[in-house]
Amino acid sequence: MSEKARIGVDIGGTFTDVVLERGAARHSIKVLTTPAEPERAVLDGVGAVIAAAGLAPSDVGLVIHGTTLITNALIERKGARTALVTTEGFRDVLEMGTESRFEQYDLAIEKPVPLIPRRLRFAVPERLGAKGDVLLALDEAALARAGTALAEAGVESVAVCFLHAYANPAHEQRAREALAKALPRASFSISSEVAPEIREYERFSTTAANAYVQPIAERYLRDLERKLAAAGFACPLFLMLSGGGITDLETAVRFPIRLIESGPAGGVALAAHIARQCGLARVLSFDMGGTTAKIAVVDDAVPQTARAFEFGRVFRFKKGSGLPLKVPSVELVEIGAGGGSIASIDHLGRLAVGPESAGSDPGPACYGRGGTAAAVTDADLALGRIRPDAFAGGRIRLDEARAEAALAGGVGKALAIDAKAAAAGIAEVVDEAMANAAREHVIECGKSLPGRTLIAFGGAAPLHAARIAEKLEIDRILIPAGAGVGSAIGFLRAPVAYEVTRSVYVRLSRFDAAALNRAFAAMAEEAHAIVARAAGGRPRTERRIAYMRYLGQGHEIAVPVPLAALAPASAAIIRDAYDDAYRAQYGRLMDGVDVECVACAVVVASEAAAAAPPFAARDAGAPAPAARRMLIDPLSGRASEVPLYRREALASGAAIAGPALIEEDDTTTVVAAGFRAALDSNGYIVLERERTP
Amino acid sequence: MSMHDDIRRQLMWSRLIAVVEEQARMLMLTAFSATVREAGDLSAGVFDLRGRMVAQAITGTPGHVNSMAEAVPHFLAEFPLAEMRDGDHFITNDPWIASGHLHDITVVSPVFRAGRPIGFFACTCHQVDIGGMGQGPDGRSVFEEGLYIPPMHLARAGAPNGDLLRMIRANVRQPRMVEGDVLSYVTTNEAAGRRLVKMLDEFGEDGLETLADWIFARSKNAMIAEIRKLPAGTYENEFVLDGYDRPVKLRAALTIGDDAITVDYAGSDPASPHGINVVLNYCKAYSAFGVRCVVGPRIPNNAGSLAPIVVRAPEGSIVNVKHPWPVSARHVIGQFLPDVMLGCLAKAIPERIPAEGAACLWGAQLRGGPSVAAGAPTQSNRIGEPFEVMFFNSGGSGGRPFADGMNATAFPSGVRALPAEVVETAAPIVIWKKELRADSAGAGRYRGGLGQTVEVGTVDGAPFAFFAMFDRVKSKPRGRRGGADGTSGKVETAAGKSFRAMGLQTVPADERLRLSLPGGAGWGDPLARPPARVAADVSDGLIAREAAERDYGVVLAADGAVDEAATVNLRARRRQA
Repeated sequence: MSEKARIGVDIGGTFTDVVLERGAARHSIKVLTTPAEPERAVLDGVGAVIAAAGLAPSDVGLVIHGTTLITNALIERKGARTALVTTEGFRDVLEMGTESRFEQYDLAIEKPVPLIPRRLRFAVPERLGAKGDVLLALDEAALARAGTALAEAGVESVAVCFLHAYANPAHEQRAREALAKALPRASFSISSEVAPEIREYERFSTTAANAYVQPIAERYLRDLERKLAAAGFACPLFLMLSGGGITDLETAVRFPIRLIESGPAGGVALAAHIARQCGLARVLSFDMGGTTAKIAVVDDAVPQTARAFEFGRVFRFKKGSGLPLKVPSVELVEIGAGGGSIASIDHLGRLAVGPESAGSDPGPACYGRGGTAAAVTDADLALGRIRPDAFAGGRIRLDEARAEAALAGGVGKALAIDAKAAAAGIAEVVDEAMANAAREHVIECGKSLPGRTLIAFGGAAPLHAARIAEKLEIDRILIPAGAGVGSAIGFLRAPVAYEVTRSVYVRLSRFDAAALNRAFAAMAEEAHAIVARAAGGRPRTERRIAYMRYLGQGHEIAVPVPLAALAPASAAIIRDAYDDAYRAQYGRLMDGVDVECVACAVVVASEAAAAAPPFAARDAGAPAPAARRMLIDPLSGRASEVPLYRREALASGAAIAGPALIEEDDTTTVVAAGFRAALDSNGYIVLERERTP
Repeated sequence: MSMHDDIRRQLMWSRLIAVVEEQARMLMLTAFSATVREAGDLSAGVFDLRGRMVAQAITGTPGHVNSMAEAVPHFLAEFPLAEMRDGDHFITNDPWIASGHLHDITVVSPVFRAGRPIGFFACTCHQVDIGGMGQGPDGRSVFEEGLYIPPMHLARAGAPNGDLLRMIRANVRQPRMVEGDVLSYVTTNEAAGRRLVKMLDEFGEDGLETLADWIFARSKNAMIAEIRKLPAGTYENEFVLDGYDRPVKLRAALTIGDDAITVDYAGSDPASPHGINVVLNYCKAYSAFGVRCVVGPRIPNNAGSLAPIVVRAPEGSIVNVKHPWPVSARHVIGQFLPDVMLGCLAKAIPERIPAEGAACLWGAQLRGGPSVAAGAPTQSNRIGEPFEVMFFNSGGSGGRPFADGMNATAFPSGVRALPAEVVETAAPIVIWKKELRADSAGAGRYRGGLGQTVEVGTVDGAPFAFFAMFDRVKSKPRGRRGGADGTSGKVETAAGKSFRAMGLQTVPADERLRLSLPGGAGWGDPLARPPARVAADVSDGLIAREAAERDYGVVLAADGAVDEAATVNLRARRRQA
């Protein structure tokens, strides 16, 4: 019996990463992304990786795909011609949004342009109350007129969004039915199915986005499935979701908006898998690539997820400058800090790094492809962290002279410091920015930092992880192999999972067990059906969550709810769980204030079928350095000669005292002074900080 | 070579900013007050031992920009540093010491390291209630506006002042929430204090003073460099608002000097007998904000960056009211002060300044229940379910020298609107309409932002009351550089019967309240607006077809496309006229 291979494919901006695993063997490959026809890079990459593994298409049991197609269609505004049909009096919800400015002092901001222009937003008389009761019947004649107007406007996709439809889908369902007669070929997205949650702007925005991308997502996914089949891949095609799970093609076609940002979710899935494998209860996932760094909290091997996500922040990474999407998503903070991030001098004469990036073309100055501004990789090179002839497995020869010239000439000249000092400054500034973002994110998730393990991957993370850990007072860092294709590996580790969220309003003082039971049962049924289809007969787990807050607050916290049917007495159990969660987050409780539940979620998951390939331990023995290099410590400025080891030459258990470097094809791990590094039984590099009292 | 000193200091500076941003974020997550969590109506900052503000979080309402900065020295004067102990926390809501009305509570906490004070954290947050009449302009003195807490100990060496907390609980309508919020300020300041201690440890610094001096010098020099880019001189602006029951005149003279901008409100009207008066701190905050939107907007707030902006106002005027005049609804006037400043600056640098906008938020503050119905219940005077609810609405902002004004967007407030669905869950009301108000924007090469129309009634048709605090109903936002004025607001029933723009009034049974919010004024000559943009506005239903011709000189064909020849002709005739 031969085990089937599994393939993960992550389309990124520059590269499409393909990883194949079968038993203990892993093969990975990077091919250039083909933006005009993304499926071409997928097919090329998949073909190349099975060839490298010496397999045939029929040996593959599953392809898991994550794509930037949805993201790109939204950013480039290349979606379908989409219309909105909404409640009379609310034609401008998509445009008015929160009625606020995302930047307090800037008179020049531009708010995100709605996906559906006003001329394609149609209002019909109808009105539901907050409990889903009908205050005004749906006006069928007006609906028919809207249908005619939509047909005349040549609309390909329609979002139907009525007020309070999360509480009663009847009007939206009826509108879809009636409009479909006038528009037999159009796609329909209705808000009570896409995002049945209170808050009209977020729900309408999500439904509009789903409608906007649905026709192209459907075309692309069905096409890819067909082409894979034609190439001999008879296996199913699964898709990575932003919530950290994978799902089948049918669900993806129905709710394509849930595919957004699947790449970063794949990275966090990898961190979650490692946490489970190593028994780490509290983890901070740190993924730093060429353009951005992504940081996420993983507790008990489950990525922290949010019910909403803000897409395409038009103003750098400023909160509020994007479109809100009510999509279950791995909660992460992304900042413009990567190997390609460019250093500059800001308006106060301070050294700044990012968010502008040199990308891969021209890339940092040291790439020698015409880049002249100093980037983070130039700084890392000047500090001695990277061997110029070993970068990217030797594929790109780094030019130290160009890096030094860029460092000394640009920011160095402006600050009257030399290249080494500029490099130290850049490293510190970018590390400080990432540490500050991480700290703020952890607070926002209601979590704390002490005692966490940092799991660092992505080409630039192992170069910076030690210093960030120091800033965050984290004592332990774990670095998996294959840093450069972390997301695609993560796809292979992600569970088949689906999350359903709904607005359900219950006050604990007037606990309505029946209402909660009804809601949970309906959500569980929907989620189990989707997961069962994709997971086959494998066992499924279910988690139930209530989003709760003190009456009068605006921010909810996630509270676990027992799976068994709730009884009136369950109120006390839920209150205890709420108290525990609130205390853990804010340190103290508010006595005598009632608690309300505003939304519920059900997450059904089935663990990934295949575990990670086992690590083949090598003979113990003192590691021998492959080279010695001068390494500069950015804070003290001291240079010292340190040993450089090749990762593949390390033996399990053998410890290396910092300062030292551990090099592999994708990246280099900086073992800073005060850290000890060792290879654990899974083949991960573990850095431990030696605490001085 | 050790890490370059300037880079080390800038790292500590970014750390301090991160610490106060986290402090602010934590306060928003736990707050009970809707304006704190939805509008960021709070501030958080770190101070050195001399009481100078070193860093402040960027939060939602400019009213706090430097009012907290002014408060900390008051505490230092009252409570000598030598007598402070670790675990002490100080509190006040004195409008004249902090941010202008009793609803804002300020808590100041010293930070100790190795037994020695090293600095302070402070925060100011809006309360869900502070007793008295509730937040509105109807009080005749500050004594009617709620509980007044002079600067005093909130905690001594870690032990809360139980007597004070009891006093607070006894005086407010939601005692648990107010007490919970106040205690959370202590927790938050303490957490921030621990971060400060760790930062000094990490960077091997003894205290904040050297760093503070460096930050202030950097910031002040950057501000002065910005000021020197502007044409020196004195620029005046006069501004007339509707006021409570009579017009309010604001006058300002803004002088751009060599190393400072000085604002003088001489000639502004005296204080009002109603609670729309502004204390000097709050006047300074909104004025500095208006100036800083144009001059050095990206320079962080601190004692150094704020020092070059000097604001004076005559004692007893509506922008420097004295105790015990009423101040509760001071935002009604305060939110116009940035526009007053922009009007002055427009005379100095006309190509950089937007036209006037709606400025003041239009909060719909509604009340239902027995207190609303007058006399015995009848069909037309029936008693509905009691409720209190408030939701924010914003008019249009002014056209800008490079872009249209923003539709239905708050400026200068940073408030976020509450979803209609959430509001309807909280009270038995129905918001029948909340939509852009067509034809409300002033025409211009860059037109103003549109206002919005809001219609609201009770679910069962019972009468309800509303607290009106609206301006720009008689006056209009004014255009610049040939742009047209915006449209004034209206307060009426859906059937068109007018209400007053200020004060408590009742909407009769089975009627709806309609608020038509002002649209922003236009910037630049409307005849210079690209005809295609005018056609797009018509096709989007934002301006009427007639307005395209009347206001912009754009002639549209039957299908809505621009009739180029007729437009060129018409515009040429208009220019000659």
